[in-house]
Amino acid sequence: MDQVSVARLHVRVEGIVQGVGFRPFVHALAAEHRLAGFVGNDTGGVFVEIEGAGPRLAAFVADLRRRAPALAQVERVTTEPVVPTGQPGFVIVTSVTGAGRTALISPDTATCPDCLAELSDPADRRHGYPFTNCTNCGPRFTIVTDVPYDRRATTMAAFPLCPDCAAEYADPTNRRFHAEPVCCPACGPTLRLVTAGGDPVPGPPLDGAVRWLRDGRVVALKGLGGYHLAVRADDEQAVATLRARKHREEKPFAVMAADLPAARALVDVAPAAVPVLTGARRPVVLLPRRPDAPVAASVAPDNRDLGVMLPYTPLHQLLLGRLGMPIVLTSGNVSDEPIVHRDDDARARLAGIADGFLTHDRRIHVRADDSVVRVFRGRELPVRRSRGYVPAPVTVPWRFDRPVLACGAELKNTFCLAKGRRAFLSHHIGDLENYETLRAFTDGIEHFGRLFDIRPQVVAHDLHPEYLSTKYALRREGIELVGVQHHHAHIAACLADNGEPGPVLGVAFDGLGYGSDGTLWGGELLVADLAGFQRVGHLDAVPLPGGPAAIREPWRMAAAYLDALYGDALPDLPVLRRHERRWPAVVALARSGLNSPRTSSVGRLFDAVSALLDLRDHVSYEGQAAIALEQRADRDERGGYRVEASGPVPLADVGRQLVGHVVDDLLAGVDPGRIAARFHYGLADAVVRAAAAARDSTGLTSVALSGGVFQNVLLLDRVVSGLEATGFRPLVHSRVPRTTPASPSARPWWPPPATPP
Amino acid sequence: LAHGAGGKATRTLVEGIFVEAFRNPTLETLDDAAVLCPGVDRLAFTTDSYVVSPLFFPGGDIGDLAVNGTVNDLAVSGARPLYLAAGFILEEGFPVADLQRITASMAAAARRAGVQVVTGDTKVVQRGKADGCYVNTAGVGLLERPVTLGAGHVRPGDAIIVSGPIGDHGVTVMLARGELDIEADLVSDTAPLHGLVAALLDAAPGVRLMRDATRGGVATVLNEIAQAAEVAVVVDEAMVPVRPAVTGACELLGIDPLYVACEGRFVAVVDGAQAEAAVTALRRHPLGQDASVIGHVAADPTGIVLLRTAFGGTRVVDLLVGDPLPRIC
Ligand SMILES: [Fe+3]
Ligand SMILES: [Mg+2]
Ligand SMILES: [Zn+2]
Ligand SMILES: [Zn+2]
Repeated sequence: MDQVSVARLHVRVEGIVQGVGFRPFVHALAAEHRLAGFVGNDTGGVFVEIEGAGPRLAAFVADLRRRAPALAQVERVTTEPVVPTGQPGFVIVTSVTGAGRTALISPDTATCPDCLAELSDPADRRHGYPFTNCTNCGPRFTIVTDVPYDRRATTMAAFPLCPDCAAEYADPTNRRFHAEPVCCPACGPTLRLVTAGGDPVPGPPLDGAVRWLRDGRVVALKGLGGYHLAVRADDEQAVATLRARKHREEKPFAVMAADLPAARALVDVAPAAVPVLTGARRPVVLLPRRPDAPVAASVAPDNRDLGVMLPYTPLHQLLLGRLGMPIVLTSGNVSDEPIVHRDDDARARLAGIADGFLTHDRRIHVRADDSVVRVFRGRELPVRRSRGYVPAPVTVPWRFDRPVLACGAELKNTFCLAKGRRAFLSHHIGDLENYETLRAFTDGIEHFGRLFDIRPQVVAHDLHPEYLSTKYALRREGIELVGVQHHHAHIAACLADNGEPGPVLGVAFDGLGYGSDGTLWGGELLVADLAGFQRVGHLDAVPLPGGPAAIREPWRMAAAYLDALYGDALPDLPVLRRHERRWPAVVALARSGLNSPRTSSVGRLFDAVSALLDLRDHVSYEGQAAIALEQRADRDERGGYRVEASGPVPLADVGRQLVGHVVDDLLAGVDPGRIAARFHYGLADAVVRAAAAARDSTGLTSVALSGGVFQNVLLLDRVVSGLEATGFRPLVHSRVPRTTPASPSARPWWPPPATPP
Repeated sequence: LAHGAGGKATRTLVEGIFVEAFRNPTLETLDDAAVLCPGVDRLAFTTDSYVVSPLFFPGGDIGDLAVNGTVNDLAVSGARPLYLAAGFILEEGFPVADLQRITASMAAAARRAGVQVVTGDTKVVQRGKADGCYVNTAGVGLLERPVTLGAGHVRPGDAIIVSGPIGDHGVTVMLARGELDIEADLVSDTAPLHGLVAALLDAAPGVRLMRDATRGGVATVLNEIAQAAEVAVVVDEAMVPVRPAVTGACELLGIDPLYVACEGRFVAVVDGAQAEAAVTALRRHPLGQDASVIGHVAADPTGIVLLRTAFGGTRVVDLLVGDPLPRIC
């Protein structure tokens, strides 16, 4: 070796670099590049010292990022020259613990190909073992109880390693080197099958569960982030039983298929959807259901799409493999409660729903629901970001001045803690009105704060005075509170998702959010950046006759719109006849203003049209009427209603004009499918024109699209193409959900970041 | 306006209407203050103002509301109501006939409650500065029983009782405004509760605390109890008595009966062991026929009211900051 060119570098690697096989990877890399030194973990990530010829050092450093293990997320590599020591060889040194934790915990990850191979290899000692994992896969976030990430700080602490596992764990060349959840049949968790009454069922648990499922029974299945309820997906009777017992009337269920070919029998899997469906995060992917899919009608009533996922644990893999048919897999809970994750809770709350339990003795520390995504233009469109994604941070190209807690909304809450350049979005928490959920919210904030060492100095909250998340924020003392308008939060979330500070035009369409003027917003055109916003356009407000009752009963929104349009000279429409008895009272309620706050919501406009087209008069889950309208739209229709510009406020008259067109077409006998399509396109075209008008006055050429209404891909697609055709740059979500639940995710981006990078 | 100026017109008004209505020796002196000689040392004293629209509604009017409300505040404090003071703020031009009707029902309510209106005051304000008629009443009662009531006595395991179906008054008044095209077979529940309270206290000495569920309804009262006593209140939705007509109207209006005002219902926290006896005694009384144990006190989570729903879920019933607004996004 040429002595002159020998150098030594101190290297620091930050990001998700612990518990993902990073140190063995560095060890192997050093060997490959023939370099000496050491590697270790500390609270900030991985530290390396490396010594050898200059060019090889450079290649090594480049490879650190380029060839990092599958689960690693390298955020930053910094190097600093130090004095060469001449020390030979390369070693892995003991972890350093201490204050100032910034090392990241990986999300739970689907079983890797190596583990799958062992699982199906009769000669392997983990053959058929449902808890097989390694540094590249397995449970993480859901079993971590504390930091630093170490077996002692996971729920695997209850399972002392056997000599074989201990050897693998200690061997730097082994795939299981420092894989904290490592285990095997000799030392790890065990599967059990018990009846609803809690009695053990003799025989191999998997066989029994397969038998039950084949017989059409409901099985409570303890998974990664909680208990699921499973039934075979093709059995109408079984699915109906599950719905009745769970008190979940119509909201679609997700289905798990054994593998990609099995999924293809259920849904059309576009090429862009394949990596999403088969990737390490394994979300539920909403895909077009095949007409011949062997799935009972009540799995996803009145829906062209079906949510499909593939097995993400060895247990699911083994179960689906033996079963040979897809199963409904829905969160184990009653109605809108959070997913059950504790064993005692499962016994108490699911005994009336499930016929039996396929369970095990590895504790779940944090519940995590399945994530849900759509695929839009080749990219993920997150609907619910939870298991598999959380707690990986969303990294932004600016720094937060001070640590921030964003408390989020009331429904489908997620909170967020942010520090430096990272925003840690929580798992899906749920509807805070439910007490269990509220506890998950407060406990979760605590847990995240500890895991990521974030002690917030700023707490951001929604302006809605009745949100329990707002009340939680207002109860915190000695901390700076910042109220953030709901739709500004949506747009800011979209900006952060895209790594942009703005300003942009922002279109925020959703159900309801508390406006700065105390009315309820939801059809907003904003000029916004991360720091602030201006409301430049919005739908004219209509009353919400009976407040929450108007949300549960979309026909009331039809009444409100028809009253605004026609007064007492009502056209003769079926919706009116269906509600003849209550119509006058609801109209009077709307006119009186009694418990009828006014709203500019586009979600409520969808409700009105859905009722006018006789699709939904009542809803049993959020967004149901709007989804029905999207589903009903005739895909052969391309024309949209023409909305005339009227008055100085962009979008103002859009709702009334669209409803007017819908009524005219209805009276003319036009097919509802065509009307639904024309309504979507008319609204989309109106959005594009409103944006164009706002561009004339502001010069802004980027448009951020956010809010629950843009879950609607029919609308989203038309808006995006229209904007592009008009010379705009549309920004949509791809990392952070756009829905209500996601609006909280915006809040960490308030207050404004200090400086761009 | 002359009627409020303090001169002869005022005298005419006072003598013509108020003394006539509330006639009793103490009031007839028309002194500035009533001199009361209760001869005991435990007095309860309260005041409340009444503004309701419309002034007259099925089952009552602002007059009996003003008497019953103050009587009930005394009653749930464990006192026997004795004397009331009444203050009126009238809008110029308010019809004398209406005032007479109000005072007549006040007098009737006072007689029913066994209390005397012993002093009063009247002001007339310019047209537009008030909405017809406002009434304030203050009341004095005697604490004759040895009971001590208060949040400090509330314990986990105690029973939560309501004395009757909830929401009648609030819904009746809302519908009586006549803006809505809704007919419901409902009357206000306005009534004096001291007799019912006495029946309860006789049957269950382990009463910890009582509150009349007026503004903000039962939900608000329960939250106040949970916070003051630092306990959890757990309510079973299925056990809360609500008349079908109230349920129906609330569904239409989109409001939760738990938050609707009552004027003749109270919430009692009672030693769990005496819950049966308490409810039995209440039900024997005409005003307590539908009394029901609606829940219990638990140690955790403190300061929170939880509602067990029909599906077995657990909903947080929070104190409202303002008018109810949908929280759905
Ligand atoms: Fe929203
Ligand atoms: Mg009072
Ligand atoms: Zn693996
Ligand atoms: Zn082992």
